[in-house]
Amino acid sequence: MQSLLPFIKTLNTKRQIFALLRKDLLLERRQQHTLYGILLYIASTIFVIYLTLEDPDATTWNAVFWITQLFICINAVAKSFLQEAKGRMLYYYTITSPVAFILSKLLYNAILMIAMSIINLLVYTAMLGNPTASYFSFAAVGILGGCGLGLIFTMLAAIASKALQQASLMAILGFPLILPQLMMLVRLSKSAFGEIFKNGIPLQMILLLLAFDVLIIILSVILFPFLWKD
Amino acid sequence: MRLNWWKLLTIALLFYAVIGGFLLPVPELSQLGETIRNLYFHVCMWFAMMILFTISIIHSIKYLNNKSAVHDIKAKEYAAVGSYLGILGYLTGAIWASYTWADPNNPAYASLGSIMREPKLIGAALALLVYGAYFILRSSITDMDQRARVSAVYNVFAYAMLFPTIWIIPRLLPSLHPGQEGNPALNFNDIDARMRMVFYPAVIGWTLLGAWIAGLNVRLEIIKEKKISNV
Repeated sequence: MQSLLPFIKTLNTKRQIFALLRKDLLLERRQQHTLYGILLYIASTIFVIYLTLEDPDATTWNAVFWITQLFICINAVAKSFLQEAKGRMLYYYTITSPVAFILSKLLYNAILMIAMSIINLLVYTAMLGNPTASYFSFAAVGILGGCGLGLIFTMLAAIASKALQQASLMAILGFPLILPQLMMLVRLSKSAFGEIFKNGIPLQMILLLLAFDVLIIILSVILFPFLWKD
Repeated sequence: MRLNWWKLLTIALLFYAVIGGFLLPVPELSQLGETIRNLYFHVCMWFAMMILFTISIIHSIKYLNNKSAVHDIKAKEYAAVGSYLGILGYLTGAIWASYTWADPNNPAYASLGSIMREPKLIGAALALLVYGAYFILRSSITDMDQRARVSAVYNVFAYAMLFPTIWIIPRLLPSLHPGQEGNPALNFNDIDARMRMVFYPAVIGWTLLGAWIAGLNVRLEIIKEKKISNV
């Protein structure tokens, strides 16, 4: 019986994670204004870029794509903690563990950002053309990057939600930390424009990005319990 | 006035670093000339900064473990002195670069904008931005316990993210800065034996000076806290 206990505990955590995830997805379906808000944000951002940048070259196209990706991420992820009212957080506190809570949020934001990356990419190419040589590898890098951005900003949203002026604080806290990933992503996505890399370098960068994601998840699991109690 | 042994050591080491740094023989390199002596100041600032940031994060972890306010104050003050040394590192680096890198015939190094693209400078800028954000975060939370807790979490998170960065970025970009293949001055073979004689004592001296300043600030903060809680 004693040896079964850890097993039951992990099973429970897993169930809790999926229950919380389901709740977030359900909320997304019922409170559609937030989702449409982000979609409109994507559309209007890209429209502004389209009007200000006439016919960008490949480097500019790539750089601006990643910047829109970054801002979409901040807006999409920010609400995941900021929308939770204080009373509701107290309720979660009584029914679930911090690890299950943060893991469900990480998972939810990763899924959300994958969807948003795809939408962003589609609208972006529709408006600004497609200079890539291999659209699919660019899309893959875009999704990988969006996922990583979603993870890191989840933790930063959790930190910023404890302070005043949360939304702007999230950007301040996040930009220096996101820069290395963003630089790697910009470099890596150049392979989709036909730039030749040394053998094995793209794979190395992908592994490095995945390692970053794992690092963020581990750090969140370790650190979030300290943020959790008020 | 009584001084601890390590404070006396600081004074001795810094006298040695400054006097020895300006007078002892150095290797003659055509491009660097006598500016090579800046190694004892510029590189030491970065070393001391990283060591102080490390002390700061250790105090943050200790705070998360036992929630004693002293560790929070220490984490903040060590980070503050570390940032200050970082700015000094920038200034000494700017002076050095203006003698060695600045070249009117090379447009790539004519403006500040292009020099800031140096990977080592990016890493340093990120470190300073992170700690800038750390202080903004601190000032935007009014509750004392919560401020200490949240900023400790950010300190640990940011530090753990920063280190891979400092390791990765130099390998992504071309650079004029010495130590292309990684982190400069950590490699024993990088530095001439004569310079090592001054360089390592100088690192220890500047770090101890930073710790001394931080220690004074910590004591001042603690006195202020006590005064507030007494009134």
